[in-house]
Formats: sequence, structure tokens, C-alpha cells
Amino acid sequence: MSTITERLRRVLGPDVLGLLGLFGITVVAFGLTTPHFLSAGNFDSIGFQLPDLGLLTLAMLAPIVSGGINLAVIATANLSGLTLAWILNMNGGPQAGVVPFVIGVVAALAVGGASGAAMGVTIAYFGAHPILASLAMMIFLKGLGEFLTRGGDISGFPAFLGQLGHGVILGVPVPMLVFTAAAILWHVLLARTRHGFAVAMIGSNPRASDYSGIPVKRSLTLIYTLSGMMCAVAGILMLTEFNSVRVGHGEALLLVTVLACFLGGVDPNGGFGRVAPVFVSLLILQTLSSGLNLLGANQHLATAVWGLFLIAVMVFRYAASLRRRGLFNTIRK
Amino acid sequence: MTEPAPTPSIPAPEAIRFEHVSVRFGGVRALDDVSFSVGCGEVHCLAGENGSGKSTLIKVIAGVYQAQPGARTDYFGESVAAPTPQLARRKGVAVIWQDLALFPEMTVAENIAFDGLVGAPRLVNYRAIRETARTALAKLGVQLDLSAPLKSLPISGRQLVAIARALASDAKLVFMDEPTASLTQTETDHLLGVVRTLSASGVAVVFVSHRLAEVLDVSSRVTVLRDGRLVGVFEAEGMTQSRLTELMTGKRFDHAVTARDVGDAPVVLETSDLTRQGEYSDVNLTVRAGEVVGLIGLIGAGRTEVAHTLFGMSRANSGSIRLSGAPVAFTSNREAIAAGIGYVSEDRLALGLIQPQSIADNTVITTLKRISDASGLISEAKKSAAVAKGIGEFAIKIGLPDDAVSTLSGGNQQRVVLAKWLATSPRLLILDCPTVGVDVGARDGIYKIIRGLAERGIAILMISDEVHEVYFNSDRILHMAGGRIVAEYDPRRTSIAELERAVYA
Repeated sequence: MSTITERLRRVLGPDVLGLLGLFGITVVAFGLTTPHFLSAGNFDSIGFQLPDLGLLTLAMLAPIVSGGINLAVIATANLSGLTLAWILNMNGGPQAGVVPFVIGVVAALAVGGASGAAMGVTIAYFGAHPILASLAMMIFLKGLGEFLTRGGDISGFPAFLGQLGHGVILGVPVPMLVFTAAAILWHVLLARTRHGFAVAMIGSNPRASDYSGIPVKRSLTLIYTLSGMMCAVAGILMLTEFNSVRVGHGEALLLVTVLACFLGGVDPNGGFGRVAPVFVSLLILQTLSSGLNLLGANQHLATAVWGLFLIAVMVFRYAASLRRRGLFNTIRK
Repeated sequence: MTEPAPTPSIPAPEAIRFEHVSVRFGGVRALDDVSFSVGCGEVHCLAGENGSGKSTLIKVIAGVYQAQPGARTDYFGESVAAPTPQLARRKGVAVIWQDLALFPEMTVAENIAFDGLVGAPRLVNYRAIRETARTALAKLGVQLDLSAPLKSLPISGRQLVAIARALASDAKLVFMDEPTASLTQTETDHLLGVVRTLSASGVAVVFVSHRLAEVLDVSSRVTVLRDGRLVGVFEAEGMTQSRLTELMTGKRFDHAVTARDVGDAPVVLETSDLTRQGEYSDVNLTVRAGEVVGLIGLIGAGRTEVAHTLFGMSRANSGSIRLSGAPVAFTSNREAIAAGIGYVSEDRLALGLIQPQSIADNTVITTLKRISDASGLISEAKKSAAVAKGIGEFAIKIGLPDDAVSTLSGGNQQRVVLAKWLATSPRLLILDCPTVGVDVGARDGIYKIIRGLAERGIAILMISDEVHEVYFNSDRILHMAGGRIVAEYDPRRTSIAELERAVYA
């Protein structure tokens, strides 16, 4: 038994098992207390709601591992979505075909990548603090988007987009497939590529990384660029789901993405962060929110519960680390 | 080897008397039945290698850790059953850790008066702060600009601020952790003067260090710890560094000059009239394949600055560098690494290793391309093979390759640094103070490795501020001062005393 858990622990990483347990407890608790919780409908709704938050969380994760943060994830996603919407509208709106859509997607990815690159250059080459650089980028993108849309909604897209946003393949919602693919890609990027290795090292100590021959500035620029492109994927997905784009859409998710990262064991000081535990913590957060929703609780209460939950996890982790180091009884409290 | 300690006379009255102190962390016994006492106004040395229990003992005295039941814990003649940090402070015990624990952005005066400022909520009285700071500095007999931000001071100045801060809160017993580690000779002398002043005014000082030769003069007794046990208490008078090393390690080290003649082995590094304004000028040096060239100089001599230029991290204003005969002008250290240069930084904590990351990752960081497979992804198999090779080659004592490199001792960390550079198959290795922060007992191992690397044909430039280090471990010695190479020595034709006079004069 213990060898099996050991092996699982090695494959999944130290944090995943505990989080999976927590996920199990959440599911069982709601399953026993809440009617319809274990219904296909509820799982479907989770499968449609999770991906937006999930993609944005991936976009947040990579810069945090590099020792920074990207506060412009929502703004970047919205402006990328806006780019796609603009190209669709230029090409007939509801009558637009697949070709304009593909061009629009490429353009949206380019806009997301460009805003990420601009942030990365400011941080890597001009030494700006990531909070300030990404905050400035957020305000710039948001202002630009509001100026272009005059604060309104843009809608009227071809019908096949709805099939992307609400479609199901082999019983799995399409957005969930997109998110899973993105998560696997991100896992490979962070855990297996030289670039991912460099990002983790830079996150712990950029100067020592530089002394070891890691191209620090280039790596930082690249990771923010990739983060921006992941935001674009989220923006595109949101457009297909809501059949509209509005600047400011999903702003409440910004800090939730940070929360999901830390719940997934990402080190707020940089250097450490894995996709798998973040994936599981996203499942937990979405399950909590859906369960509370089914119980008839107010959406704001769900947000409050998320916060409480994170505090509890932090306290638990601190206690666990003390026990590992055997300091529980030696240090006086 | 450790004959029973001659019990030296204990100056009365006593500042502290601790007896039968034992501390366990989980299954590890950090202190085992240790006794320690310091007289009022005494200057005392607490010596031991890393891991010998020095820090644990200080933390027990400072009330951070609690000794197991059965210990005697007296402060100034008064028995205290369960000391807490607050109580130890009130009794007059202050600890100045190596990192000083000051506030770089605050002024000198604010730093000194800090302890009087915390507590009851009230308005800050800047006049009182300056008055407190002035009084404390006067006790030390030193003058500092009270309104200067702390970060504008050199390390030696910050250290004085830390001492003044202890005095401002009426410390009667001051522990100083590795106080001379980052000081030049002149600064050390000044510090010792200050300590004499303190001692004369009745404040006891305990130096905690593994390099004590320089502080033995002002001390009266030395307590030596090894592996959590008390080796003994000795009179400082007549104590020598080599005897102390023997007591701390339980081993005897015989030094011999290892210099050899590399003959006309190919020249790997040659600089001519290398100059960088404000750092060094007209530096001419050659290092041949298989040769260990020692570059000795005090802090500020321009040694590290030259190394940075050779490693591509700064540009010379004039002069040239040739590597194996070909002129090079690196625009980054990545070019230097590709050309076969490795640089072991003097600052292992901040620059040499990425401390929170794993031993494995720190070992392969310089050779990521080599551990990747055809698809460009890092191959776990190649990575573990590379890590195992490095660990085996340098006999690095580790728990697991995935443990943080910070869990290793200084000597083993330095071996990881050497492993990561050897993995790049360098032709020139620049070692900047290769044994700084490495225990005396572990230094010989590092020197043997350096010698072994030279025997493989790697050219080695060993920078150091310790005459011993270069004298016994280089083939040739260059002396750098004021940004210039001022003399060259052959260890076989020069006495160590002669070299010491030249360098420390």
C-alpha cells in the first residue's frame, strides 16, 4: 500500500495526492448533501465553466514561476477576443466563414503575444517590477478596449462558433478539451523544455541563473509572450461561449487565478510551480462554487468560501512543513 | 590529541553559566551535554565547524530553542528556568548574526535606536533617537553619520551599527556570528579595537567563528565544539590556528607546497595590458594548460573584476584577451562558457548556486543542451545520468538528488559548483575564493579536486585573499593590489612569511 502511494506520489508530485483527496472530500460532501450535485448536468456545467478560469490560471502560472506575475491576463484575453470579433465583423459578422475565423484567431494570438512581449521586455530589459509592468499593461489594454468599443458589447458572430463554445465531443464539452490540451502543453513547457527549466531557475534567483549561462532576459520575455498567447486562447474561447465580447468581462476572475495557483502549491516567491496540482485545485474551486450554487447560496458567498478555503490550506501546509522538519516541539510558539 | 582541557581561571562574576545543555531536533542530537560559561567583560571565542552546534548553543542562550530538562541556565548569577527570547534580551544577551538583521533603508540612528522604538504605540521622537544613537556610538568610540541610510555604509560600518544597536538596549553579553568573514585586515583591526573598548567597559563579547586566528589576540578563552559535543575550554594565549583546526576537526593537517613546473604546456589564457577604468589596469597574465595560477589580493584589489571580464560579464576598456592563442571579445558570459571558460563565484549563496532548487537541477544547469533528446525536450534519463556522474566524480555527500542544494554543507555545495562547470568540459576554470564558507576540514578535499582538474589539463586561475590557500595549492602566484599585478612568486622559492608580509602589509 505504502509503495503504491509512494509511486503515485513520485509520478504526480508531492502536492497532487493531498489535493486529489481534498477534491474527493468536496465531491462526496456535496454529493451527500446536495440534490442533483452528482448529476450529468452539473458535471457538464462544471465542464463549461472551468475552462475560462483554467486557461487564465495557466497564463498566470508561468509568470509566477518566473518570479513575477501577470495582472493583465483578463485585459489581454478581452483585447484578443476583441481582435477576433473585429475581424469577424469586418467579414460579414454572422455570415463570416471559417477563413476569417482562422485569420482572426491568428490575429488574436498575435495581439495576446504582443502585449505579453511588451510586458516581458519592460520587466526583463528595463528592470520594471512585474506588478507595476503588468498593472500598467492591464490599464492600457482596458482603456484601449473601452475606447475602441465605447464600453459596449460586440456580438453577432457566425453560428458555428456557438458549436465550439457549447459543443460536446465524445461526451466532453469542447472548452474542456481545449483547456485539457492547453494544460498538457503547459505541463510539457514548464516541466520538460529547457525554457521551462530556465524559467524556474530564474524564478528562484535570476542573478545566479545569469552566472550559470541562462539567457535570463530572453527567457523572461518569452514566458510573458507565451502567457499573453494563453490569455488570447482564453479570450477566443470566451467569445465562442458568450457569443459576445465586452471589455471588463471576467474581471472578477483575476484574483481567482492567483488563488488557484497558490492553492496548487505554486511558490509565491517564484521558482516552483507545476501544472498538475493547479489543475486539481481548479477542479476543487469550481466544484465548491457549483455545489454552493446548487445549494442555493449566493455567488458572493462562494467567493467568500474560496477565500476561507485558501487560508485553511495555507495554515495546513505550514503545520505540515513544521512537522516534516521536526520543529513542532522545539520552537516555542 | 584532545588531552583533558586545562581548566583556565574563570573571571568572576559570570555573565552566563550553562551546563548539561542537550537539544534534539527530531532524531538528530544537535547538542549533547554541553557546558558553556562567559565571565563579565570577557572576550570569548566559540569555535567549531558548521554543524558542530555553535548556532544551536547560541539560540539556546538567546532563548530561541529550549534545552532538554536537566540543564543549568544561569544569566548573571540568576537561574532562569525557561528562558524566552524576550527574557534573554532583558537579561542583556544580544546576538549579532552574520547577516546583521538591520534595516538597509533606514538611517544609522533609526537602526541603532530600533529596539527602543518597538512596543507601546506612541509618536516617534527623532531627537531621542539621535540621542540614543549618539550615546551608543560614543561607548564604542566610533563616529558615523547618524542620518546616513544604512545601505550607504560598507559592511564594516553596518557591523558597528549592529553592535551599537545591542549597546543601545543595554546588552551586557554580545554574541558576534562570523564577524570577520567579510572584513578586510584594516577593518578587522578596527573591530578588534572596538571589542577591547567594550570589554574594558564590562561588556562581554563572544566571537563565533571557524576562522579565529585573527581574534585570538583579544580573547581570553576559547570553547571548542565538535559534532554537538564540548571538546574543551582553552586559554587563548598560546593557541594557534593550526591547533584550533585540529581541535575543531579532530584531524591533523600537514601542509606542503604542491607547486610543479608545467614546462611549455600550451598557453590557455593570455591577457595583455587589460584595463577597465576604475577597476584594474595593465593586467598581464598567462595560464597554461594544467597550471594552477594563484591570484592573491585583498578585497578591493580588483581580482573579481578581472575575473568578471575574463568570464564575459564586463568589458575591458583596452588591452586584449587570447584564449588558446585566438583573440576573444565576449559580449556575454554565455559566449565565454561556449568558449570553454567556467567561473566559480566567491558568493556561492547569491551567485554560485540557486539555493532553493535541487542538487540535480543545479548540476545540469550549465549543460541543458546535452541532457536534451532529439525532440529538444529534457530527457530524464540523460539528466539523472549526468547528475549521477557529477555526484560520483566529486564524491558529493547528498541525501537525494531532488533535495534543495541549500541542504548541503559548504564543502559539498562547492563540489556541486565544480561539477556543474566540469560538465561543460572547460579549458579554463576561474575559481574565486574557492573555499570561502567551507569548513577547514573540508577544504583539503576541495584542494585535491582542484589539483585533479589541473592534472586533466584544465588551466586554473585561483583567486583568493588567503595566503595559505594560494601558497600551498598553486604552481605560480600573482599578487594583485590597487588594480594591478604587482609581483609574481614561486612558492618553491618564497617563504610563506615573505608572501604574508607582501600581501598583508
